[in-house]
Parts: sequence; structure tokens; C-alpha cells
Amino acid sequence: MIVRLERFAAIVRAAHAGPVPEGGASPAEALAARLSPFVLPVLLLAAWEAVARLDLLPAYLFPAPSSVLAELRTLAASGQLTFHLWRSFERVISGFLLGALTATLVGALTGYSAAWRRLLDPALQSLRSIPAIAWVPIFILWLGIGEPSKIALIALGVFFPVYLNLMAGISGVDRKLIEAARVYRLRGLGLVRRVLLPASLPSYAVGLRTGFSLAWMFVVAAELMGASQGIGYLLLDGENNGQPALILASMVIFALAGKTTDLVLAESARRLLSWEDTVGNR
Amino acid sequence: MIRFEALTKTFGAFAALGPLDLRITTERVVAIIGPSGCGKTTLLRVLAGLDAPSAGRVVIDEEPIEGPRPDIGVVFQEPRLMPWLSVRENVALGVWDAPKAKRTAAVDAAIERVGLSRFAGVLPRQLSGGMAQRVGIARALVGEPRLLLLDEPFGALDPLTRLGMQDHLLEIVGTAVPTTIIITHDIDEALVLGDRVIVLHGPPARIARSIDVDLPRPRLRTSPAFGTLKAELLDDLVTHVAAAV
Repeated sequence: MIVRLERFAAIVRAAHAGPVPEGGASPAEALAARLSPFVLPVLLLAAWEAVARLDLLPAYLFPAPSSVLAELRTLAASGQLTFHLWRSFERVISGFLLGALTATLVGALTGYSAAWRRLLDPALQSLRSIPAIAWVPIFILWLGIGEPSKIALIALGVFFPVYLNLMAGISGVDRKLIEAARVYRLRGLGLVRRVLLPASLPSYAVGLRTGFSLAWMFVVAAELMGASQGIGYLLLDGENNGQPALILASMVIFALAGKTTDLVLAESARRLLSWEDTVGNR
Repeated sequence: MIRFEALTKTFGAFAALGPLDLRITTERVVAIIGPSGCGKTTLLRVLAGLDAPSAGRVVIDEEPIEGPRPDIGVVFQEPRLMPWLSVRENVALGVWDAPKAKRTAAVDAAIERVGLSRFAGVLPRQLSGGMAQRVGIARALVGEPRLLLLDEPFGALDPLTRLGMQDHLLEIVGTAVPTTIIITHDIDEALVLGDRVIVLHGPPARIARSIDVDLPRPRLRTSPAFGTLKAELLDDLVTHVAAAV
């Protein structure tokens, strides 16, 4: 503890000393700063591995990280990883597209027109208070246990964040810009397309990103409610057959897949929003 | 000819404007000055077709203004550029509904006219205040308006840039725009730019006086004749504001 405090003090002193002289940026310290986020996870994994290797905890509950990795390798080698991941991804994409497109249409309408907002928004807000998962039984009853009910659940989960953010974004567009557009004879759809949508893009992008991570969340729920394919099915399979390594491997796959798609979305948003005059673009 | 016919605007019980009667025939630049809150901006919004008059009308060459029109260009106090569009795309917004072939040439010409050809591909956030306002002027000019409206266009600029823009505005506008109406609360600006200066008192805004400015151009802010007119206008405005307070 004392050692760490001293290090901290040294860093503070260095920061207050102003710019570090040429070449004196202490590569060791820079490296330490780079690596510090990894210290805790690596330590935890190592400790876990040790505990498992030493048989301190039952292996049928706590498989070692190495056996999770081995499970991932097996899944990858057999082609199951790609197969199940692709099935889940298809559901995520179809549900996302369905939910996001509907939300875009409705959100554009309610954001643009106060009359439509009064008509639609209260009803939608009250539907929003029903937890999305609570729709599962009725979706299954209406749409069966197959793909449609799963995609409907994901679409429903995606709908609300996209809808809310787009509507907030559009109704928050600077009135002065809208007025300038009106002077140039932009009305209705032209105004929506050329001014309202681009101006609300920052908020819309947040909605889409939130929506996409919710799509991953709801695909798990959808697949847990009964599926023979998909990463959620692997989870369930691991549970039913007492294979904790498979469960953990599936969780890791979800984490990686979700992170990857989020990075892609974040990067596309960054490019599309490079016009923003904000701190982030300085 | 532009004619205001008993032009009136009320917001509920509040009378903001008029009734105003005015004829603008051969004057190229009419400067309208008045104290803050006298109804200047309401007048501009009605002229731009953004607000409908409550009574009376404005007629341009026998055609009443009933909404935003392609032959009326507007420059606001702030540039009001779309931050996601480049300079060229912002200017093109002024003629988005024109045929494409005509559009490109008009946009390039307008950008050239305000001297920003080198910055055509740049985003608004990379422009200085004066440059951004020049883009706003280019956007208003690109449709070759019959009437150009400017609402305190240089009010947000620093004093030096402001003087420069006042001197250049008439060159930029050129002979292509038959009538320019500039709303300002800056007497110097009105006298440098206007062939005629109209003083509004209000609210409700009414024409208190109208002065034809016969000073030769370019106008020297330091000439005795300029000073006399300025003193006269200043006296009028100060008396009015003092009476209102």
C-alpha cells in the first residue's frame, strides 16, 4: 500500500513538473499506464487457474480458465462456434433491423410533429413499462416457439432506446436551424431528411448503440426460452449436461461478439459525427 | 417595387408591428434601425414569410408574400449553417429545389463571390465567425433573390471584422440583387450601407422617420455629413428610448 502511495505521489509530482523533457517520458511508466487495466483481470484469472489446478474448488462448478479456453478451441475446431454464433447473429440482426426501422419511423414522426407525439407517445410510454421479457409468453402463444417470436422479442427490446433517443434528438434540434431551413423552403419529409435526421444523429447513434447491445441481451433470453441453435442454446446445453466450461465459453463468446459489434457501431458513429464541434472532436 | 400595405402583426393581445405602410422603389439598400424590442425582428420574419401578418400584406412586384420564397434570401444574426454540411453543401441548400445542372454553377459562383472558394470543402466548425457569416450570405445569394433580408448580420462579429464586412457587403451583393433590406441597431452600419434609413419606434413597430442618405460611396464614417446624419438619428433614438423608459 505504502509503495503504491509513493508511486502515486511520484506520478503527481511528475504531472506538476510540467512537460517531461525530450525522451525522458520514462518508457517504463508509459508502459505501466498502458498495462494497468489488465493487471486485475490477469491476476484474477491466474488465481482462478491456481485454485482450479490445486483442486480447492470442485471442477464441475469452477472449471479452470484453461479448460474454458480448451472448450472454445474445440467449438471453433468443430465448426460449432461459427455455426451457433452465426445463428445468434442472424437473430440479433433481424431483430435489430426490425426494431430499429420501426423505431426510426415512429420516432421521426413523433419527434417532428407534436400532434403525432400526443397521439402515439403516451401509449408507447405505457407499453414501455412492461418489461420486455414479460412479453415472452404471449409472443410464444401468438407466434409459436420458432424464429418469429424470438425476433419479435429482440425487436421490441431494440425499439424503445432507438425510439426514445431519436425522438429526443429530433425535438431537441436547434429551432434556429429549422427556421433557416424553412426560409429555404424545406418542409415535411425534406426537412426531416435534410435537417432533422442529421441534426439528431448524435442522439440517434446513442439509441442505435444501446439498441444493439440490448439485442444481444434479448437474443440470450430468446434462445434460453427454447432453441436448438445459437450461442444461447450452447449455454442451455452446458447447463443441462453439467458442462460449466461450455457455459463459461458461451458467456465469453457473447462478450466478444457484443464488444465487437459495439466497436463497429462506435467507429461508424465517430466517422459520421466528425462534424460535431464538441470536446470529443478537438 | 416592394410595398407594405397596412402591415400588422399581433401575438394575442400584444401588438408587435404596425400598421406599417412603405414603398421601396429604386433604393437598392434600405436600412431599418430601431431600439431592441421595437419589433424589427418580427418585421423581418414577416418579410421572410416565416410568420404570416395578422392584417395587411407585403407585395413584391405585385405578388404578395405568403411564405418562404425562392426570390427572397435571408441572412440571420448567426450564420445558422448546418454543422454536418460542408461550405459548398450549405450554400447548395439555398437552391436544393433547383435543377441540378443549374445548381452546381450557381453554388460555385456564390462561394466565389464571398471569396471562400478555397474553403468550399470545409466544415462550419473550422470557420471563423466572419467566414461563417459569409457562407450565410452566399447561401442567401445563391438563388439570385429579388429581395435580400439581413437581420443584424454582423452583430455577433468583433468590431474590426464587422467594419470589414460592412465595407464588403455591397461589393458581395453587387448589382444582381435589386433590393436589400438590412435590419440593425447600429446607426453607423445603417448610414454606411443604406440608400435610405428608416427609423422604427415601438412596439408596435411604426415608422418614425425615413431619411434618404445622399452621401457618396464609399462612405467615410468620419466625414462631417456622416456625423450630422448620425447625430440626428442618435438624437431621435435616444429621445425615444428615454421616453419609453
